[in-house]
Amino acid sequence: MTLLENKSADIPAPREITTKPRRSDQIFRAVVTIGGMTSLVILGLIALFLSLKGISVLQVEKLSFITESKWEVLQDAEGKVAESTFGLGAMLIGTFLAAFIAVIVGVPIAVLSALYLTFYARGPVKKLLISLIDLMAAFPSLLFGFWGFIVLMSSAEYWAKLLNKYLGFIPIFDVPAPIFERSPFIAGLVLAIMIIPIVTAISREIFDQTPLDRVQAAYALGASKLAMIRAVVIPYGRGGVVGGAMLGLGRAMGETVAVYTVLNVVYQINWQVLFGAGGNVASLILLKFGEAGPEEVNALMAAGLVLFLLTLTVNAISDVLINKFGKKGR
Amino acid sequence: MTQATIPTPQRPWGTSVAQRLTTAAILALAAVLAGAAIELTGLSGKLGFAAAYFFFASLLIFVQQLRLRDLAAAKDSLLSSFAFLAMTITLIPIVSIVMTVFLKGYKGIHFGMFANDMTQASVNDPVTSGGLLHALVGTILMVGGALIVSFPIGLLTALYLTEIRGKLARPIKFLVQAMSGVPSIVAGLFILSILVIPVTQELTGLMGSLALSILMIPTIARTAEEMLLLIPNELREAGVALGATQWRTVSGVVVPAAKSGLVTAVILGIARIIGETAPILLVSGGADALNFNPTSGPMGSLPFYIWKAFLTGGTEEAYARAWGGMLILLILIMVLFGLARYLSGRKVV
Repeated sequence: MTLLENKSADIPAPREITTKPRRSDQIFRAVVTIGGMTSLVILGLIALFLSLKGISVLQVEKLSFITESKWEVLQDAEGKVAESTFGLGAMLIGTFLAAFIAVIVGVPIAVLSALYLTFYARGPVKKLLISLIDLMAAFPSLLFGFWGFIVLMSSAEYWAKLLNKYLGFIPIFDVPAPIFERSPFIAGLVLAIMIIPIVTAISREIFDQTPLDRVQAAYALGASKLAMIRAVVIPYGRGGVVGGAMLGLGRAMGETVAVYTVLNVVYQINWQVLFGAGGNVASLILLKFGEAGPEEVNALMAAGLVLFLLTLTVNAISDVLINKFGKKGR
Repeated sequence: MTQATIPTPQRPWGTSVAQRLTTAAILALAAVLAGAAIELTGLSGKLGFAAAYFFFASLLIFVQQLRLRDLAAAKDSLLSSFAFLAMTITLIPIVSIVMTVFLKGYKGIHFGMFANDMTQASVNDPVTSGGLLHALVGTILMVGGALIVSFPIGLLTALYLTEIRGKLARPIKFLVQAMSGVPSIVAGLFILSILVIPVTQELTGLMGSLALSILMIPTIARTAEEMLLLIPNELREAGVALGATQWRTVSGVVVPAAKSGLVTAVILGIARIIGETAPILLVSGGADALNFNPTSGPMGSLPFYIWKAFLTGGTEEAYARAWGGMLILLILIMVLFGLARYLSGRKVV
C-alpha cells in the first residue's frame, strides 16, 4: 500500500482531460435534443387539447359517454339546442367489431404470406413480391374505400349471403332484414386487405431475424420445412407476430375514410356483422362533423380523445411486443 | 498442354424434368376435378372453382408426397400449399386495385384537366369540362407546407436517435412509433382544437399542412433514422479524429453521406400523406377554385376532388371524374415509391 502511494507521488499530475463539449456542440446538442422531444410534445398536446375541448361533454356524461349508446341533439322550435345526449357505445362496439374482423381475416393470410416470402420465394420473384406489398402499404385509404365499394362489394355481398345461408344459426351471422350491402363484414374485409401489407411486412422482418444456425441445425437434423418452422421460426417469432397483429388492429381501429365509404354509417348497436348498418368512432366523427354545433363538436373532440387513447394503447402494446421479441432473434 | 475437362456444375437437388411434368399433370388433373365439382355439386362461380381447385390440388400433392415419401413430407406440402394460397390472396387485391384504377381512370383523363378548375363545371358535367388544376396546386402547396414543417423535426429526431443517443433515445423511439399510429382523423381534430377553433376560425390550406405534418413526421423520422444508421461509424470516428466537433462531423460528414437516404425519407413521407383524406376534409375546407394562398380561404386538394366527385355526384361522369383523379394520385404515389426505391437501392418499408 505504501509502496504504491510513494510511487504515485513521483509521477507528475496528469493533464486535465475534459469531455466538455465546445460551445458549438452545446448548441448543436441542445437543438437536436429539443427537436427530438417534438414527438413527446405533439402527443402531449394532442391529449391536452382534445381533453380541453371534450371536458365539458365528459363532465356531463361521465362514464356513460362510453357505455351508453345514444347520440342525439334535440332542437327546439327556434333551432337552438334544447337537449343533447352523447354516448359513444354503439360506435365503440362497431370499431372493435370491424377491427376484429379485419384481424381475424387478415392476420392468418398475412402471416402465411410472410412465411411464403421468407422461406419459399426466391430471387427476383421475391424482390418483386416484396416491392408490391410495400407499395400496397402506401396506397391511400381513400383508394381502398372506393375499390371496396365499387369492386369488392358485389362479391362480398355474395359471400355474406352464403355465410348467412349456411351459418345463419350462429347469432352473429343472422340478419334482421336481408340487407347485405355495406355491412360491418364488408368493412372488415376492406380493413383486412388494408392491414395485410403492414402485418406481412412486420412478420417477414421478424421471420428474417430467426437465427440462421438454428434453422440450419433443424434442417441438418432432417426436419422438413414445416417441422423447422414449427420448432424454430414460430417460437422465435410468435411475440413479434402478435405485435404485428396488434399494430394492424390499431390501424384498423383508427381508419376513417375506407370505413365511411364502405359502411352504411348508422348510429345503432349492431352485432350482426352481415347486416348493412354500423359504424366506427372515426367515421362517426367525419359524418357528424359537417353539421355539428359547438356542443356537438366538443362531443366529437371527446370521441377523438377516446379513439386516440385507444389506438395509443394498442400501439404501445404492439411496440413493446415487436421490440422485445424482434431483438431476441437478432 | 492438355485441357483439363471441367465438369459442368450439377444441381442434384434441383427439380428434374420428370418431376416438373408430374407437378404439371397434378395441377391439370386438379383443374379437371374442380371443373367436374362445379358441374356436379352445388358449387358455382369463379370463387367456387378457385376453392375446389385449391382443395384438389393440395389434396393431390398431399397424396403424391405421401406415396413418394412419408407423412411428414405430405404435411410439409400442405404448408407450402397454404403459404402459396395466402400469397395469392394477398396479391389479388393489389392487382385488382391497380387494374380498376387504370381501367376506370383513363376515361376520366383528358388534357384540359390540368389547365382548368371546377368553378365553371359541376361534378356531373362531362369529364372534358372542368379539371383538377386547383386540386393539384392545393395538394402540392399543402404537401410542400407539411414538408417544410416535418423535415427539420423528423431529421432532428433521427439525429437525436443516432448521433446524440441520449438517455431519452428509447422513450423517444417509442413515442415516434406511437405517433405513427395516430389515426389521421385525430390529427385533423387536433389542429381544429388547437388552432382553427380558438385562433384562426378559418379553414385554410395551412391548417391542412399542419395536420398532414403530424402524420408525416414519424415516417420521415423513422426512415431517416434507418438511413443514418447505415452510415458506417468509421466516418464519424474519422471526422472526430481529425479534430472536428460533433456539429462539424454531423453537418459535414454524416448528413452529406446520408443525403440520398434522407431524400428517400422525404419521398416516403410525401407518399404517406399525399392521399390522406380525413384530416383534409376537417381542416382545409375544400374549394373548387384555384387558391394559391395557404393562409386564407379553403383550399382544394386531390383527395378532396376525388371525394367530392365520388360522394356528391352519382352519375357516370362523376365516377369517371373520381377515378381519373384517383389514377393521377396513384401514378404520383407509384412514381414517388419507385423513386424512393431507386434512391435507397435497398428495401424500404
